[in-house]
Amino acid sequence: MTRGAPMTRGASVTRGAPMTRGAPMTRGASVTRGASVTRGAPMTRGAPMTRDVRITDSTLRDGSHAMRHQFTEAQVRQVVCVLAAAGVEVIEVSHGDGLGGSSFNYGFSAVDEIRLIRAAVEEAGAAKVAVLLLPGVGTVDDLKDAREAGASVARIATHCTEADVSIQHFGAARDLGMETVGFLMLAHRLDPAALAKQARIMVDAGAQCVYVVDSAGALVLAGAQARVRALIDEIRPDAQVGFHGHQNLSLGVANSVLAYQAGATQIDGALCALGAGAGNSPTEVLAATFDRLGVRTGVDVQGVLAAAEEVVRPFIPRLPWMDRSSVVQGYAGVYSSFLLHAERAAERYGVPAHAILQRVGEAGYVGGQEDMIIDVALRLQQERETARGAGW
Amino acid sequence: MSKATAAIVGPGNIGTDLLAKLQRSEHIEVRYMVGVDPASPGLERARDRGVETSAGGVDWLLARDEPPDLVFEATSARAHLANAPRYAAAGIQAVDLTPAAVGPLVCPPVNLREHLAAPNVNMITCGGQATIPLVRAVSQVTPVPYAEIVASIASRSAGPGTRANIDEFTTTTARAIERVGGAEVGKAVIILNPVDPPMIMRDTVFCAIAADADAAAITESVLAMVAEVARYVPGYTLRADPQFDPPSDDWSGWARVALFAEVRGNGDYLPPWAGNLDIMTAAAARVGELLAAGTGARA
Repeated sequence: MTRGAPMTRGASVTRGAPMTRGAPMTRGASVTRGASVTRGAPMTRGAPMTRDVRITDSTLRDGSHAMRHQFTEAQVRQVVCVLAAAGVEVIEVSHGDGLGGSSFNYGFSAVDEIRLIRAAVEEAGAAKVAVLLLPGVGTVDDLKDAREAGASVARIATHCTEADVSIQHFGAARDLGMETVGFLMLAHRLDPAALAKQARIMVDAGAQCVYVVDSAGALVLAGAQARVRALIDEIRPDAQVGFHGHQNLSLGVANSVLAYQAGATQIDGALCALGAGAGNSPTEVLAATFDRLGVRTGVDVQGVLAAAEEVVRPFIPRLPWMDRSSVVQGYAGVYSSFLLHAERAAERYGVPAHAILQRVGEAGYVGGQEDMIIDVALRLQQERETARGAGW
Repeated sequence: MSKATAAIVGPGNIGTDLLAKLQRSEHIEVRYMVGVDPASPGLERARDRGVETSAGGVDWLLARDEPPDLVFEATSARAHLANAPRYAAAGIQAVDLTPAAVGPLVCPPVNLREHLAAPNVNMITCGGQATIPLVRAVSQVTPVPYAEIVASIASRSAGPGTRANIDEFTTTTARAIERVGGAEVGKAVIILNPVDPPMIMRDTVFCAIAADADAAAITESVLAMVAEVARYVPGYTLRADPQFDPPSDDWSGWARVALFAEVRGNGDYLPPWAGNLDIMTAAAARVGELLAAGTGARA
């Protein structure tokens, strides 16, 4: 093979970055409970101020979907630099589908994510760099590479009913001395009580916070709040509760405020909403809104406004928007990152993207099943041809 | 011709389904079903089907006056690691359905012929059995610098062993895509889907290929391989013709072929949606038959 195969196995991490940014927690013998952190108390050492809620910015992870995983190292450095300067404490950097996501199915990364993580760590100063890992896609080996590159927060994501596949990864993350966060994706698919039971599995495995993740942007106000409240009742004070919103029904920020009011202490956002589907809750809007509510985030509103407008906006190919397809995602409960894949399949097979997404929602496909989008597009194409044939 | 005798160790879902398949074999007679729990419903089911059973474990099995020719291990990797040397010492050929991978990784239509004399063969993973034949079908026509598989299975068909060590699935399958499938670099993804009614197992294979690869020859090779697998897994089908995509900058200039397979289980003991379990037991039964017949020929 003379052409450079882009698809090399994993990251070959050669530069041994010393783990200077080690998280303080170690995995003790009886770490079935996460760190007990009281609301409002800073969780990180050396946090600059007391805050009520911690914003994690996912521009460089969830935003990777909207960038077709083409982030450059320069973009990563710029974004991390302004986020850290604005006081954002946790910055997530990974392929959109988490570590090891670079693939035919999810899209190949332009730049190896471990390189991007290392660049982010170099710019992050006091901020922590987080990584996402979906068991079944990424592995503990990927997590070790990320840790070696300096990442200090491990966010382990499963479909909301499958928390037990993450037990192995929480254990590994704690062994690596990382702060841990659990992600229960497509949380609208499970009722609050059942979701709380899944959160408990993650906490018992070593998660220090569990997020209600509205991957489809399908949760509407009380539905989001009820899930957060159920998790609070189940896992506090053993672990914190977080909320990750999407804008498909334009409720990311409103749901985040309700989540905070129900007791959530970690909230995700992305600059310019850069993320899958119609995007995430915009970090700059979260910061401004919480500030107006008198809720302390530790984030400088003017700083993130400038970051969004002057750093991120210029390089993104299109602003996330509630177009027909992404509203259908919120409406039909479809995993947000399916959007661009559906658009590509629509173009390739001559069927509408929103029709593909509607069908994907009906079939109940979950995060990671991007391959089924092609399958659905092929079916739709076949059905159309049959219908056309019948008209002759 | 007299049949080869066999024992199944591990009377769980897999062992029970395997028993149903082996009892249809012309080449194999299952003599023993072995467990460790006297109250095991699997042992009772096997007794009902006329098989001698014991909860005495491998000690009991190896103490038989007539030990079996073949043993099928459907326990756990840890158990098989302990048992494998004992089977070997007793001269019993072992077909390993656990992730222990003591012996060579085998996929019946791809490489079993090379390992007919191996004292121990490993059945890889369900996703591996469903996809490696397809990777091989492509790689025997054109070089495959990279192959990736996505296996989607019903949540209810993922047992505690799979859940506790899902990395084992991805890494073992990826390795087998390379060693057995013939791809230079392999990657595997597994997705658990809880939808109700449960989804039938789906397996997607993406292979990077050269822009000028012979699409017609690849399609022909793939269809022939699907027919070959369907001989022992009747519910193994392609959902669509192979999909060829032209070279892309996103793929560093490689073109791509995508294959979409479905594995509907035979419903022997496990329900049809558990195609992932069915293809393991069906492939293991196939391996057993070919070992018993003493030929790996496609006959």
